[in-house]
Amino acid sequence: MFPPPPLLRMASISKSFGGVPALVDAQLELRAGEVHVLAGENGAGKSTLIKILAGVHTDHTGTIELRGEPVRFLSPQEAFAAGISVIHQELSLVPPMSVVDNVFLGRERSGPGGWMRRAPQRRSCRGLLERLGLVVDLDRPVEEFPISVQQMIEITKALAFDAQIIVMDEPTSALTEPEVERLFAVIDDLRERGCAIVYISHKMDEIFRVADRITVLRDGRHIGTAPAAELPRDRFIHWMVGRELDEQIPHHTPHRGEERLVVEEFTVPDPGGRQRPAVDGVSLHVRAGEILGIAGLQGSGASELLGGLFGAFGRCTRGEVTLLGEPFIPTSPRRSIERGLALLTNDRKTTGLILGMSLTHNTTLASLPRHSPGLWLRHGAERACAARHMETLRIRATDPGMTVSSLSGGNQQKVVLAKWLETQPRVLLLDEPTRGVDVGAKHEIYELMNRWTAEGIAIVLITSELPELIALSDRIIVMHRGVITAEFAHGDVDQGRILHAAMGHREEHP
Amino acid sequence: MTEALTTAWEWITRAHGHLLIVDQVVIALAVVAFLARHRIRRWLQSHEAISRGFSSPFVRALLALGLIMLLGCRFNADGAFFHWSTHRDMFRSYSFFGILACGMTVVILTAGIDLSVGSILGFVGVVFAHMAIRWQWSGWLAIPLCLAIGAALGAVSGALIARFRMQPFIATLAMMVFARGLARYVTSNYKIGRNVILPDNTPFRYPNPPVFDLLDSKILWDNVHFSTLVMLGCFALTWILLTRLRVGRHIYAIGGNEEAARLSGVPTAAVKVFVYALCGLFCAVAGICFTGQATQGDPDAGFTYELTAIAMVVIGGTSLMGGRGGIGLTFLGVLIFGYLDKILSINGQGTEIRFMFTGLIIVIAVLLQRGEK
Repeated sequence: MFPPPPLLRMASISKSFGGVPALVDAQLELRAGEVHVLAGENGAGKSTLIKILAGVHTDHTGTIELRGEPVRFLSPQEAFAAGISVIHQELSLVPPMSVVDNVFLGRERSGPGGWMRRAPQRRSCRGLLERLGLVVDLDRPVEEFPISVQQMIEITKALAFDAQIIVMDEPTSALTEPEVERLFAVIDDLRERGCAIVYISHKMDEIFRVADRITVLRDGRHIGTAPAAELPRDRFIHWMVGRELDEQIPHHTPHRGEERLVVEEFTVPDPGGRQRPAVDGVSLHVRAGEILGIAGLQGSGASELLGGLFGAFGRCTRGEVTLLGEPFIPTSPRRSIERGLALLTNDRKTTGLILGMSLTHNTTLASLPRHSPGLWLRHGAERACAARHMETLRIRATDPGMTVSSLSGGNQQKVVLAKWLETQPRVLLLDEPTRGVDVGAKHEIYELMNRWTAEGIAIVLITSELPELIALSDRIIVMHRGVITAEFAHGDVDQGRILHAAMGHREEHP
Repeated sequence: MTEALTTAWEWITRAHGHLLIVDQVVIALAVVAFLARHRIRRWLQSHEAISRGFSSPFVRALLALGLIMLLGCRFNADGAFFHWSTHRDMFRSYSFFGILACGMTVVILTAGIDLSVGSILGFVGVVFAHMAIRWQWSGWLAIPLCLAIGAALGAVSGALIARFRMQPFIATLAMMVFARGLARYVTSNYKIGRNVILPDNTPFRYPNPPVFDLLDSKILWDNVHFSTLVMLGCFALTWILLTRLRVGRHIYAIGGNEEAARLSGVPTAAVKVFVYALCGLFCAVAGICFTGQATQGDPDAGFTYELTAIAMVVIGGTSLMGGRGGIGLTFLGVLIFGYLDKILSINGQGTEIRFMFTGLIIVIAVLLQRGEK
C-alpha cells in the first residue's frame, strides 16, 4: 500500500541572497485537507520558502511537485493559476475598489471587447461570501471594512479561483478575539473542503489549536515535521531554538550607575490606526552602564516602544517617563536628541541613513546644532568629526566624502552608530543594531557596546538573535502583543524560556 | 555599400547647397562617433576618471551648454551671436526665469514643487506697480514690503504642505490659481501704468518712479542689465544657503530621506515652510524687476513661468525626486534654455519653432541625465 502522493512537495530547496544563504536544503510537504503550521524564529527562512512557493523568488535550487507533477513557477501569476494563494500580512487588496472588484481583480469575467459581465460576477461573489458566513455590501470599498473583514475578502479571492493551497502569513496579528474565532471556523471549513493551509504564526496557543502538522525551520534548514498531537511543546521550542550559545559573543560586564530611564505604564497607539495599541502599559527602567535587552517576535511592539520613547510618533504616547531623573514627555525626535536620547532604527536604508548623502554629512546630521551653532556650517569640523569616527569605529571607506549608498552593510551601520554617538547620548536605544551586518562587523559592534556602557551610557537593545541578546543583556524583558510577558536576569535565562514568553506564555515576574 | 554611402553623401551636400565645411566636419565626426561607439564605450570604461566625470550631472549639463554654444556659432545670424548685446539681452530677458529657478531649485531639492511662482510674480508685480506709480512710494519702502508679501504667500503654501500634509503639487496649484485671481482682483483686471484718466476726464500722467529707472538701468558702461545683476545675486545667495548654511544641509536631507531626517532631529516642518517662503521671496524679487522693466504692473505677468522655471531646474540635472542636484546645475539649465531660445530668435524663428525645440531639449536633457543611477 502506497499512500496517495501529497498535494505538494518541496524538496532540497536552497536559496541565497547575495551570498548569504536564506534556505539550505529546506523541505515542506502538504497533504490535502490539513492545516500545516510553518514555524521558526525571525529570519528562519519561512517567508523565503513561501515566496518560492508563490513564485516570487524564482532563482532557487530544488524541486517542487504539485500532485506528483514537477512544477516550476516563474511568476506569482503562474503559482496563482496553479491554485496557490498567499494571504500576506500586508493585504494585497486595492483599498478604494469595491469588494466584488477586488475579488475578481485581474480575472474579471468579460465578454467580447472587454465588456464586463457584472451580474455573474456578483452572483458567484455573493455565493462565496455566504460560504464564509460573511455579510457585506459588495459595492462598498474594501478600505471601509475592518482588517478582519478585509482578510476574509482576501480568502474569498483565493476561493474564487479554486485555490487548493492557501498560505496565511500571521493572519491573526491584526485581529481581535472574536475575529480570530471566525477565522478559525473558516479554516476548519476550508480543511473539510480538502484545501491545504499553510499557517505561519508566532503564537504558541494558536499554533497548537489549529495545526494538524508542524514544520520547523531554523537558520534556513528544515529541522523537523511532526503531527501536532505528537509534538510536545518543549520539544517544539527546542526545535526552534536548537542553537548553542555562541561563545564568541563577549559577555557584557555591567557598570551599574544611577537610573537613567524609568518608564511607567507606557502606551503607544498602533501607528496603522488599529484599535489595539502597539504598546500597552509597559514599565521598565535602565541604569547607566547597563544593557537592557528586549526580546519579541514580529508584532510584539518592541520597536514601537523605542520609537514612542524617542518621540518618533509625536505626542500620542501615554505614560510617565523619567529621563536622567527629570520628567520627560516624548514629543519629537529633535527634543529627545537634545535631552540625550538616541534611537538607532531597525532599517538603516529607510529610516537610518540618507543614502544619497556623503559619509561625513550623514555622520554629523543629528548633531549639527552642536557642530555648527548659528547659521553657518563648519566644514572643517565636520570632516574632522567624520575622520575621528572612521578611525574609532573602523569604518572602511576610501574617502569621507563618498556617498553612503556605496558602503557595505556593516560600514553603513557603523555610520548610523557614529551619527548617534556624535549626539553624545546618555541613553542609547538600539533596534536590531546587527541586522544585515557581516560577522566581523557584528563583533566590532558588540565590543563598541561594551565600551559605551563602560563610559556610562545606558543601552536598551532589541535584537531577534537570541544568543546575542542573552550574552549582551544584563536584564531581559520579553514582549508579546504589546505587553511584557517575562523578565529575566543575566545568567538566569535560556533561549527556550525567552521564546516561550515571546509566544505569549506568561512567566512570573521575578 | 561604399557606393551607396557616396551617393548619400552627395545627396546631402547637394540638397543643402549652402552646407558649410563646418557642417560637413560635424556630420563626419558624428558618423565616426556612431560607428565607433562600442570602441568609445570600452575606452571610457578603461579610463575610470573620465567616465566618472561624464556621469556627473554638472559635466553633462556643461556639455549640453557647449553644444548649444556651438550651434550659436554655426547659426550666428551674420555675426549677431558674436555681439555682446545679444548675450546681454538674453541675460536680461531670462533674468526673471533665473530668479524663479533659484527658488524652484531649493523647493525641488526637498522633493517638492512650486507651481505658484508665476502667479506670485504677477501679484507682487502689480502691488509694486501700485505702490511705486500710484502712491509714489519710495523704493526703500515698497521693495521690502513687496518681498514680505511674496514670502508670506510662499509661507502659506509651505504651511499647507508641512502642517496639513497636503501634497506640494496640490497646495501650490491652489496658490497659483488664488494668487492670479488676487492679482486681477486688486487691479480690476487692468494694467497699472503711468497714464490714467482722472474723474474729470482729463488724461494724467504720473511721473516715472526713480526706482523704475534703477531697475531698468544698465551698468558697467551699458554692458550689463541691472536685473541680470539681481539674478546673479540670487544665485549667489542660494549657493551660500545650500552649501554653507545649516538649513541647506537640512534641505538636502529632507529631499534624500525625509523620515530619516526627521528621526535625526531635523525640524522638517519648519524647513519646508522656510523653503516655500524663500521661493515666494524670490518670486517677489522677480516680480519687482519685471514691473521695473515694463514700467507698469500687468496682472497676467508671469503666466506659465512656473513651467519654464521647473524645466530649467530639470534640464540642469536636479532630480525631481529630491536630494540630488544643486544651484550650479540650475544656472547651467538657465543658460541652456536661454541660449537655445536666443539663437532661434536671432535666426528669425517664431515662437512655434522655439516651443517645439524647447520641448525637444527638455526630453533630450532628461534622457541624458537619466544615465546616472
